[in-house]
Amino acid sequence: MTAPPMLEVKDLHAFYGRAHILHGISLEVRAGEVVALLGRNGAGKSTAMKAIMGLVPPARGEVSFAGQRIERLPPYRIARLGLGYVPEERRIFTELSVMENLEVGRQAARAGVPLWTEDKLFALFPNLARMRERPGGRMSGGEQQMLTIARTLMGNPSCVLLDEPSEGLAPIIVEEMANSIRALKGEGVSVILCEQNLHFALGVADRAYIIEKGQIRFGGSMAELAANESLREQYLSV
Amino acid sequence: MTLASILIQLLNGLAAAASLFLVSAGLSLIFGVTRIVNFAHGSLYMLGLYGAYSLIEFFGRTPLGFWGAVVLAALAVGLVGVLIEVLVLRRIYRAPELFQLLATFAVVLVIKDIALFTWGAEDLVGPRAPGLSMAVEIMGRRIPAYDLLLIAIGPVVLALLWLLLTRTRWGALVRAATQDREMVGALGVDQAKLFTSVFFVGSVLAGLGGALQIPREPANLELDLAIIADAFVVTVVGGLGSIGGAFLAAIIIGVAKAFCIGIGTVTWFGFEISFSKLTLVVEFLIMALVLVVRPYGLLGKPQAAQRAAEPAPRLQVPSWTFALVWLALLALVPLVADRYTTILLTDIVCFALFSVSLHFIMGPAGMVSFGHAAYFGIGAYAAGLLMKRFGLPMEAALLLAPLVAGLFAIVYGWFCVRLSGVYLAMLTLAFAQISWSIVFQWDSMTGGSNGVFGVWPSAWLADKTTYYYLALVLCGAGIVFLWRVLFSPFGYALRAGRDSPLRAEAIGIDLRGFQWAAFVLVGALAGLAGAVYAFSKGSISPSSISIAQSTDGLIMVLLGGVETLTGPVVGAAIFTWLRDVVARNTEFWRAVMGGVILLIVLLFPQGLVGGLKALVARWREQRA
Repeated sequence: MTAPPMLEVKDLHAFYGRAHILHGISLEVRAGEVVALLGRNGAGKSTAMKAIMGLVPPARGEVSFAGQRIERLPPYRIARLGLGYVPEERRIFTELSVMENLEVGRQAARAGVPLWTEDKLFALFPNLARMRERPGGRMSGGEQQMLTIARTLMGNPSCVLLDEPSEGLAPIIVEEMANSIRALKGEGVSVILCEQNLHFALGVADRAYIIEKGQIRFGGSMAELAANESLREQYLSV
Repeated sequence: MTLASILIQLLNGLAAAASLFLVSAGLSLIFGVTRIVNFAHGSLYMLGLYGAYSLIEFFGRTPLGFWGAVVLAALAVGLVGVLIEVLVLRRIYRAPELFQLLATFAVVLVIKDIALFTWGAEDLVGPRAPGLSMAVEIMGRRIPAYDLLLIAIGPVVLALLWLLLTRTRWGALVRAATQDREMVGALGVDQAKLFTSVFFVGSVLAGLGGALQIPREPANLELDLAIIADAFVVTVVGGLGSIGGAFLAAIIIGVAKAFCIGIGTVTWFGFEISFSKLTLVVEFLIMALVLVVRPYGLLGKPQAAQRAAEPAPRLQVPSWTFALVWLALLALVPLVADRYTTILLTDIVCFALFSVSLHFIMGPAGMVSFGHAAYFGIGAYAAGLLMKRFGLPMEAALLLAPLVAGLFAIVYGWFCVRLSGVYLAMLTLAFAQISWSIVFQWDSMTGGSNGVFGVWPSAWLADKTTYYYLALVLCGAGIVFLWRVLFSPFGYALRAGRDSPLRAEAIGIDLRGFQWAAFVLVGALAGLAGAVYAFSKGSISPSSISIAQSTDGLIMVLLGGVETLTGPVVGAAIFTWLRDVVARNTEFWRAVMGGVILLIVLLFPQGLVGGLKALVARWREQRA
């Protein structure tokens, strides 16, 4: 018998204003897994993340995390249960220094979950260690992307929603990002990864879902996805 | 001026700047995190003065009694702020920002009457600070020792706030939330607790600012709106959200005011210039100047874009049948109603046009005005003065008055359309206050604080019912005209500009020009409302141009709801009628009005008409 999934989404619907974006998506993430949510621009990936996190209130459906229903909870309560959220636009606090950005993310230690400290994060993202006092607004895109992940890790999450971490980054930084995600997996943190970049996802994820027009069209292992060219052609190629 | 007198004025100004800074810093902090323009902040300052007065009486006029009272009053005001946040504002953080504004107006009304009930209408003169009542001699002039202490308190509080904001976790959270509060929530921070704590700190600052003034200024019931205008000016001049900017601006304005008083009347090239009369406007002149040069204040930064703004709902144009049926019904009322009702209806009709014109500019045109009374008042005064001082016939005065109001709107609007958001709103307030203080001080022309009397209509209009028909026709036509304009290409362009200024300009709309034209249009029509109102009352007072008149207009619009065209009319009717009924029955009409508004705010966050529409929609859905 398998343990219940860490995060389970059932028939989730969400609206953005009056536009119906999510038409009943279901997915699950098990402890320690890296799961990719793939799809083209506008397919509903970011909205799915926001709906899980409570930033876009779900109109219908269930979200369970760590054995608890969370679809009606405010975002801060969801975060305190150990679900971390890394937004696509990074949303660094530009006036605050690196250290202060990390401070805002700090939450109490959680049993059974890796405890992150500034030093441990600086080991994971050595670039940040060299700019502790620099205001977030004066960092490059890649550095900001590292910081936004580090900031979320300060909350000691057991699962992280990562929205397009490779977007707009130089290839060498993308490679660093992939290493960081593998390091998170090594620590036992689960990850849901929104991506358009299939190549990037293939390098880090265990399983994948494909989302198209607000519905899940595929769910399976990375190997299955890699083998199925028509699937990729249909839903992912630009 | 001698060097010594310059120094004295400088010290006077710096002492006055201390409280101004404390109040403005609190306002700025609260606005930064919660995005609420807290009109009740001035009321907290007023409570600080009253609280300190009573506590000193209770503890005795000893140094310990005095300072204990000041600190305790500040803390008590902090708790009042927490109460306001928890009981009212927390429930409506998801409501549109303008509705939160309405809630803070209601709190102003309630607190004013609580103060009236507790402390009475008389000014209360506080004691001098025990142990500090002597004066210090500087360059042969005597300076109160207390003023020197106040001068020192400003920088000390600035330093403490700076430490709090840059050296503590709380400070990091506050600064982070000022930029992106949703993200702070997604990182696990309980916004409700953070907001409450910010309200506490901000309110303590307001209370402390008030309490420290007790040896310098008597506690009175007019302080709430007076200081809120000052504090708005300081925060805007300094840059919203910038504590250092608030400090700088408080000093500039405090010192400028002190010099205006100190210089007095000067004769330059044969012209007599009274600087002391400038005291009431100098801060607004500074503000207008600063905003034209630096649209975000001295040390401010462009506002972070607001996230996830709900798209504005589709406006529905009321049909001609709808408008005509209502006009006909209203025309029939005098046949059955008494004289009193007819007069009340005349008021309502005037305020309905005032309210609709304000709605036009703040809703569809997207430019919130805190100073719409300027045009109403200028219209009223223009009508009265053209008749009384320039000898025009009443009919001509009535028709020319809107043009005069429109002329002022041309000038004021030129500045205002260069700004947006809260800065724009504050600038409209500044122009309204400039107009008010000119009217208030130009005794020979406007009658000063007494106003203008004997502004009665011509004989053929003297009958109250006849005049009601005139008001109904003029104001009704104005309202219908504004509604139709909204559905002309001009109206569509304005709404496009509100929803996306960039895209509107990209498709070739001269947005600024259109907004300017809208400003002039609503200014003229608000002026018409003022002129009709003036002749119905027979007199005009400076209160027709005051902040209170502007906020009345905002309450009418917001009460009815910005989201429908009929809302502002309904809001004006209900507000005017309710005020009349309540004021006839109790001295504490403000508290009752405030209470009613708060109930409405908490029950119908879409405004009355919007709320009713939602109720009807839900009822239909259930039946289907």
